[in-house]
Amino acid sequence: MNIITIEHIAKIYQVGTEEVHALADVSMTIGKNEYVAIMGPSGSGKSTLMNILGCLDTPTKGIYDFNGVNVSEMNDNELAAIRNKEIGFVFQTFNLLPRSNALHNVELPLIYAGMPSSERKERAMEALINVGLENRVYHRPNELSGGQRQRVAIARALVTRPSIILADEPTGNLDTKTGQEIMILFNEIYEAGNTIILVTHEEYIAEHAERIIRLRDGFVEKNEKVENRFIPQKRELH
Amino acid sequence: MKNFLFELKESLLIALYAIRANKVRSMLTTLGIIIGVTSVVLMSTAIKGIDNAFQEGVSSLGSDNLYIDKWAWFNNDIPWWEMRNRKNLDMDDYNKYEDLAKLPAAIAPTIWTNKKIKFKERNVEGIMISGTTYNYINTTNLTFESGRFFNDFESRGARNVSVIGYTVAKQLFPLGNGLGQEIKIGDVKFKVVGVLDEQGSWVMGNFNPDNQVFIPIDCVFKYFQGEKFRSITINVRAPNSTSVEAVKEEAIGIMRRVRGLSYSEDNDFSINQQDGLLSTINQTIGVIQIAGLFITGLALFVGAIGIMNIMFVSVKERTREIGVRKAIGAKNRTILTQFIMEAAVICLMGGMIGLGIAVTLSMIVNQYLPTAVQADSVILAVVISLLTGVLSGFAPAYTASKLDPVEALRYE
Repeated sequence: MNIITIEHIAKIYQVGTEEVHALADVSMTIGKNEYVAIMGPSGSGKSTLMNILGCLDTPTKGIYDFNGVNVSEMNDNELAAIRNKEIGFVFQTFNLLPRSNALHNVELPLIYAGMPSSERKERAMEALINVGLENRVYHRPNELSGGQRQRVAIARALVTRPSIILADEPTGNLDTKTGQEIMILFNEIYEAGNTIILVTHEEYIAEHAERIIRLRDGFVEKNEKVENRFIPQKRELH
Repeated sequence: MKNFLFELKESLLIALYAIRANKVRSMLTTLGIIIGVTSVVLMSTAIKGIDNAFQEGVSSLGSDNLYIDKWAWFNNDIPWWEMRNRKNLDMDDYNKYEDLAKLPAAIAPTIWTNKKIKFKERNVEGIMISGTTYNYINTTNLTFESGRFFNDFESRGARNVSVIGYTVAKQLFPLGNGLGQEIKIGDVKFKVVGVLDEQGSWVMGNFNPDNQVFIPIDCVFKYFQGEKFRSITINVRAPNSTSVEAVKEEAIGIMRRVRGLSYSEDNDFSINQQDGLLSTINQTIGVIQIAGLFITGLALFVGAIGIMNIMFVSVKERTREIGVRKAIGAKNRTILTQFIMEAAVICLMGGMIGLGIAVTLSMIVNQYLPTAVQADSVILAVVISLLTGVLSGFAPAYTASKLDPVEALRYE
């Protein structure tokens, strides 16, 4: 069963009098419990594709079908609702609210979902325990290490139990060792039955996925299964 | 509805969170509102106080009272030289009017003069001496601290008796009660038969009974001035406020006859009422009010612009935060509510502080000028500050709500 089906999607920006084709013609499907990496050099359109897949933006042309719903023509509020319920974002720069503690950061999507306070505290706590941060619940982002911040972000992405996790260069701001820990966490999330889309430009990160989609100049260059995907060894998180 | 309340509560919490996180900036922002609300409340309090004092003073005249006088007190339609040329009202006019008038509850003539008053070596200067008859007390609501008003017998007989106002009594007899003592008005001895209660309004000045001494009207003619020298005023009290108009009509009719006016002649007297005074005062206070509120409104306006400014800066600064919030599912309306709420809470806090300052200040001022802090002022402060918050917060909040999440997330 496919969660995401996109057909002949294009994104055209008007810059002055010139039309810029950020995405020229992209089609792909992503199934349930798949682990997909999207790769490409800068300017290939992978950020634009990620924004569209994440329902942050709508395509100029083409159809985007998410779980049987046509998202390409939704308005701002409908898109916000889809983002809230169906998509968990993990960003390169973590994007936590700097003045809120870990718990409040994780709670935030549940607030927007309209969940009552006691229930969402419980859910947020559970999500933080799942990423191994039960001792850092009341710390603010500036009191946490980079790896810990990214784990708070992952907890925030998971707390609504979304259909897909969309990770944009999740290890880009981390050192190699911490990056590996995050990849272990992603692998666990994947093995627990989640769907993950990973946007990266590093080959060895992409090889954690089952499938790699390579973009170039707004087209899909390659879309192929990874033979012997890299399965990171579980280690104690700290 | 439930959803909306939930959102309101959550955005209130978020707003409080944001305000706490930016204490210094929030405090600076509230400053404008503090000053604005302080001045608005203080001004309205002061105006209310002055108004109250005037109303009290005027109503001490009594709403059922008419004053037949040579002069119109508040009328600017008749030129003053015309009034000046009118024939004085004298005791003859009064006696004829009293004979003919059927409707009034009480009628009394009054005449004023100014004399020095002495008790032993104590002097009080510039006191209004009111000459009148025993019936005067029935045209007023005056009450006594001790003693009584002079009676019919004393009044007709022009006995040397006097009734003194509260302030006069305090000045002449600082330690005790003056009842039964002999005071000197001019060079004539008068016995004090009554001391009035404090009437307590500063507005009426010398016309305040506190500052007056009442003696029989014939004593004034006998000792101080000739009967025709000054015009008298006839105080008329109607039985109740609904009959005031009828009493007035009757008075005009009788007075025209008494004064021998033909059909073509205008009235050569005026009938005065507290209404006239009230409307004059209300006009004056209205002008003060408009001017005052305009000036304080400006202060508030400046405060509101300050808030708007800070909120715009805040939105700019938190662009990324807005992007994150939108990415994880905040709707445009949610962001709008959040920022309006933030401005409203800041303003409300400022309003409360301003109210506190205004109340404290007006307590201090109250020792010199009458002020009146009322529930109105509290409501005024809350409403004004909330309104300012919502209005000045709207434009920045709207900008925030319309941010494109993609752009906002990329913002450094």
